[in-house]
Amino acid sequence: MADETETPIAELRGATKRFGAVVAARDMHLTIRRGEFLSFLGPSGCGKTTALRMLAGFEVPTEGEILLDDQRVNDLPPHRRPVNMVFQHYALFPHLTVADNIAYGLRQRRPRPPEAEVGAAVAKALETVRLPGYGPRRIWEMSGGQQQRVALARAIINEPKLLLLDEPMAALDKKLRHDMQIELQTLQRTLGITFILVTHDQEEALSMSDRICIMRDGQIVQVGSPRDLYDRPKNRYVADFVGKSNFFEGTVRAVEGGSARLDCAGGTVVVGHAGDGVMAGQSAIASLRPEQITLSRGDEGVPVTVVNRIFLGEHTEYLVRNPDLGQFLILASRQAEAGEGNFEPGETGRARWRDGAALILKND
Amino acid sequence: MRQRLRTTLLLAPATVWLLAMLVLPLVVVVVFSFGARAPAGGYSPAFTLENFANLGTRWAAFENTLMLAPAGTALCLLIAYPLAYYLAIKADPKLRTLLLILVIVPFWTSILIRSYAWIYLLGGQGIPKLFATLGLGSPRLINTPFAVLAGIVYGYLPLMVFPIFVSLERLDKRLLEASADLGSPPWRSFLQVTLPLSMPGVATGCMLVFILLMGEFLIPAMLGGGKVFFVGNALVDLFLQSRNWPFGAAVAVALVVVMLVTVTLYMRLTRRWAGARDEVSLM
Repeated sequence: MADETETPIAELRGATKRFGAVVAARDMHLTIRRGEFLSFLGPSGCGKTTALRMLAGFEVPTEGEILLDDQRVNDLPPHRRPVNMVFQHYALFPHLTVADNIAYGLRQRRPRPPEAEVGAAVAKALETVRLPGYGPRRIWEMSGGQQQRVALARAIINEPKLLLLDEPMAALDKKLRHDMQIELQTLQRTLGITFILVTHDQEEALSMSDRICIMRDGQIVQVGSPRDLYDRPKNRYVADFVGKSNFFEGTVRAVEGGSARLDCAGGTVVVGHAGDGVMAGQSAIASLRPEQITLSRGDEGVPVTVVNRIFLGEHTEYLVRNPDLGQFLILASRQAEAGEGNFEPGETGRARWRDGAALILKND
Repeated sequence: MRQRLRTTLLLAPATVWLLAMLVLPLVVVVVFSFGARAPAGGYSPAFTLENFANLGTRWAAFENTLMLAPAGTALCLLIAYPLAYYLAIKADPKLRTLLLILVIVPFWTSILIRSYAWIYLLGGQGIPKLFATLGLGSPRLINTPFAVLAGIVYGYLPLMVFPIFVSLERLDKRLLEASADLGSPPWRSFLQVTLPLSMPGVATGCMLVFILLMGEFLIPAMLGGGKVFFVGNALVDLFLQSRNWPFGAAVAVALVVVMLVTVTLYMRLTRRWAGARDEVSLM
């Protein structure tokens, strides 16, 4: 696990990358902790790949600094950085065997390590990615999942300071992807290498990472543990990107002691934790997770009509509608349903939430 | 059944063509090579090995061909590879098409006319005169092996450039990033990734140029001035001037055998060298 007292393994200090008029990364500040599993999360074009490529050395920042182990590495070319990458489509060498692909990094070292040593390391790496005995195979004889393991072995054999993973799961089918996610996480814990994963899949980021760095339009929006981001999103963008959330627009009536009161359409009042920069008199949004809302048959709460119901096993997800607030989601646990019973589509009920459950956020 | 009939019908033109234009003439040449020269020239039926025994008298032609064809191929490769590399990898994509056209443009003019241009360039009024004006002496260029080589490289360069260009252009550039990422400096990435992956193109280019050069006669005739001649020139001479058809046929058979041997050896070698899945292919 990451140790915050140690010096960071890598740092971005105001890193900016321009391609002509396009700013791919803008003033990025980020501290990467030794041994952590960090994800760069965001939609395509958000700057996550650019940030990764700056760490690998394929892009030189236009402004700012890249630090590896407290050393400025802006001008260090990729082949001299102790950093390895698992490429999006693996980029395995088609003219080499699996073993020669994996041995490639070790054989670039000068002085060149003895072949016996290289062979032993390759065998061990193949063992680690659970492909023992596959060394003599050709790359095109391997399936997509196996190729990914080869790419992983080819990177970890060098014991890099940072292992960069550029959407490594994108080409795998869902089942394989899930298996690989678990395996990757286990591998990271065992090896103790710092992993940086680029992904646009929020579930992937949430389930695997120690910390997530959310990006948008070339900028870092928020960095934190999955729980931090889920419980304390900085703005609507993060709340929307991490997990499901309902948003009710309104005007901030009062802010007091870290708590805010939002007046929404139809006289609905939401009281919740005030996010950064929320001020009385301004428009804002209330963010409520579906599991924070309960659906009941009582007289209290916002009147709603059930539009749709999806049975999810342990939970049931209701899509409900209120004439003023619009449609929103409610996640009812089996336990809650035991008390209140099932709601059929078309039925009416009341949506309620605890005061203080919501987050009042700036609408951006 | 109908499928088979269709296949037969579709293959028929090619089969007839190959039989009439390749197999039959080859049989005729082999038969002639064991025959005797008719008194007035041409062929008279016989069975003798004398023509093959006399091959030694044309040794110089074989020697020239076997020296200059590989040398020309090698020189073409040395010049074409950097050019193809530049076109495929370094050149601005917007300029690439234009540059490629410039490589082909000489092909739009007959090789005969282009060789005349070289005669002038290498002759007394051309480069030697320029050298003399600069006080660098007056080197003899025309009618030397150098002139033949220059003509060969000039004429055959595009045939070498294109297959190499194609294999380099197809090369996944991310492989070079992967190589750098794994600690390889650019020049070593070239040797370990780019070069091996472009070998199919190199093999194809070399094969094209080499096979065509083995049968070349126009360039040595024009730029070698009868002093540097190929087997092709010997054949022209034997069939058209001295009209010794059986001996000419024997020389032709010997050339085919030499070509088969060298090409087979070469293919074995490159296949081992490239090691890649792509077989050596002739376009």
